[in-house]
Amino acid sequence: MQQVSRSFDRGETFAVQGVNLEVAAGETLIIVGESGSGKTTTIKMINRLIEPSAGKILLKGEDTVAMNLVELRKKIGYVLQDVGLFPHWSVYDNVATVPRLKGWAPSEVQERVEELLTMVGLPYGEFRDRMPAGLSSGQRQRVGFARALAGRPTILLMDEPFGALDPITRDVLQREFVSLRRELTLTVVMVTHDMMEALLLADRVVVMREGAIVEQGSPSALLRTCRSDYTSMLLGTPRRQAQAVEELVAQRDR
Amino acid sequence: MTLFEPITEQLELLPGYLAHHILLTLAALLASIVVCVPLGVLAVRIPRLRATILSVAGVLQTIPGIALLALMVVLLGQIGFLPAFIALVLYSMLPIVRNTVTGLTEVAPAVIESAEACGMSGGQVMWKIRLPLALPVIMAGIRTSAVWIVGTATLSTPVGATSLGNFIFSGLQTQNAAAVLVGCLSAAALAIFLDLGISAVERAHRSKNSGLRTLTLAILATVILVALSPLVSNDPEGQEDPVIIGAKTFSEQYILAAALGSHLSREGLVTETRPGMGSTVLFRALASGAVDCYVDYSGTLWTNILGRSDNPGRAGVVPVLKRELRDRFGIVVIGPLGFANSYVLAMPRRRAARLGITSLSQLASVAPGLRMGSDYEFYGRPEWRSVRDAYALSFKELLTFDPTLMYAAVGQGRVDVISAYSTDGRILLQDLVILDDPHEAFPPYDAVLLCSADAARRAKLVSALSALVGSITDGAMREANKLVDIDGHSAADAAEYLLGTLRDDRLPRESVPGQGELQDRSQ
Repeated sequence: MQQVSRSFDRGETFAVQGVNLEVAAGETLIIVGESGSGKTTTIKMINRLIEPSAGKILLKGEDTVAMNLVELRKKIGYVLQDVGLFPHWSVYDNVATVPRLKGWAPSEVQERVEELLTMVGLPYGEFRDRMPAGLSSGQRQRVGFARALAGRPTILLMDEPFGALDPITRDVLQREFVSLRRELTLTVVMVTHDMMEALLLADRVVVMREGAIVEQGSPSALLRTCRSDYTSMLLGTPRRQAQAVEELVAQRDR
Repeated sequence: MTLFEPITEQLELLPGYLAHHILLTLAALLASIVVCVPLGVLAVRIPRLRATILSVAGVLQTIPGIALLALMVVLLGQIGFLPAFIALVLYSMLPIVRNTVTGLTEVAPAVIESAEACGMSGGQVMWKIRLPLALPVIMAGIRTSAVWIVGTATLSTPVGATSLGNFIFSGLQTQNAAAVLVGCLSAAALAIFLDLGISAVERAHRSKNSGLRTLTLAILATVILVALSPLVSNDPEGQEDPVIIGAKTFSEQYILAAALGSHLSREGLVTETRPGMGSTVLFRALASGAVDCYVDYSGTLWTNILGRSDNPGRAGVVPVLKRELRDRFGIVVIGPLGFANSYVLAMPRRRAARLGITSLSQLASVAPGLRMGSDYEFYGRPEWRSVRDAYALSFKELLTFDPTLMYAAVGQGRVDVISAYSTDGRILLQDLVILDDPHEAFPPYDAVLLCSADAARRAKLVSALSALVGSITDGAMREANKLVDIDGHSAADAAEYLLGTLRDDRLPRESVPGQGELQDRSQ
């Protein structure tokens, strides 16, 4: 990303302004920030759900604006908080969306759907004909992951993917995500407002505020040497919570 | 008279009327879907057009159905299926367009976003995601439209399209409660059937069970085909084109149309009746060949069609009409039927006596204190202007009624003077007096048999029609009208009575007014 900006009011104000960002192949980059910090706008500009007002986004050296929009999106998996499963289609049809758009043979599509459902922990025979409305929120998000991965993308964009899940399901899915990512050597760009999640999952954390990058670095580096007050405030919350939990445990031991 | 017998009589007409009604309804509904769903999609994809599309559909829907139908007749210059079809399509647009727009915009943004992120093109998102998800809402709109169309299609009778409205219009005009009942109930039943049918198709479509889907469609298709079958089975009989007989909207016209139909079929011709049409619509239909023959009145043609305001007297009018109608419209005047049905102004005998008036000149002086009642057409006709101006008539109030209700209104004293037809049996029944017309402001109204240019080339038809010239007396017509308007017989019964007097009149008893009446009483 080179000097990327986006304004929703013809240049009066900017949701994202002058962002420079490079993501290495196989890296998991997590953008954190409050609501309105520009993190969602940034991630959506990568697959052009939102077009940049200024600046350039290159994918393996190629300008995304010059690329065919549909082809670009077929290369990039996308998972969002509301999942957005197609409610009139079965689990099978949802997962098969991208392979079918790519024109795979039906036998290949079926093989791929079976493989993916197994991978996200949903037994194929049991789930293939279920409708989204009949699934739990965790199962729905698993289908969402399977759909995003079905077309063998090399890049995965995730907008608060664990945000709507209960803590236990979130924990299980987060751990499964870590192993999946290693297995598939995916490049991941994810957005969250949960600092703890960012620290646990990321190779690199980017902190955004008011449309600009405030700070970035590996989780450990960030914890050791954060420079801005904003970042320390964001980091402070999980630390305080962890401390409080430890104290509780200590009290009970006494 | 029991209600049961006339109902069975009406039910014999049901298959034909129902088939026409279903054909008209389904054609309009399908066209409306084909036009409106894409319009709805367009309105969603190009937000600038949205307000325009919705408000145009909204405005079209606020025009009363009957006005829209009349407008189509004027715009298209023809009667029958096409103007009714187009008017119904326009009238039924709103629910489908509105529900399509609502359904499409209510699809969750996250669903649309993930469809786009999967690499679907705009068209694919619409076809695969938004339209299927909006389908239940769109179907609800289609069901509303279907019910509207079934109801409004009953109004297409006056523009010459056969429908279940034929029951209602003829029933109202000829005071036949059974006909009105059959018309209303069958239209309501059809509306319910269509509503349920569409929702069954929708449910079957959503169901996983393909057997159920096929079964539902098969049942529905069979029912519709069976209902439409009278349209097809009529064809082989009519190797010859049927003779289309028109009629206006009052009892005498229904009786005459039925009499013409019965007379011509006895002569071996296939006929079809299109009753309940407005005066001008009917004349235009004859000029264009959509109707083959009907009975009009010389005075009406003289003032309304030829635009004349002079009055050459009863003998002078017909030869001029013959020449002018042939030269200007190609219409052939077969000849006068024998009776005249003049427009007259009439009032209750006792009221006239109390006011001391017997003529229109005397009426003028008391008119400012009186209310006048008339039918739908009269105040718009040149005859009214000519009478009004000739006697300087100025009433306290001018009211419009259905012809049947007009007599009730004058009987109850809600109006003092009415415009009436001289052959109307109710003039006697209500004890009304006809006011003299000393200035001859009303032209003579001889009933004349007219025939279209095309029909005039069919020798058999012309000779059959010519046989009727000069055969119906004032008295016979008045009696036939009375049979329908007062005694509650059907128009077909009255027509048979009329044809009966005609056969008797073949004997060398020249037509004497009132003879029909006497014969009937002697039976």
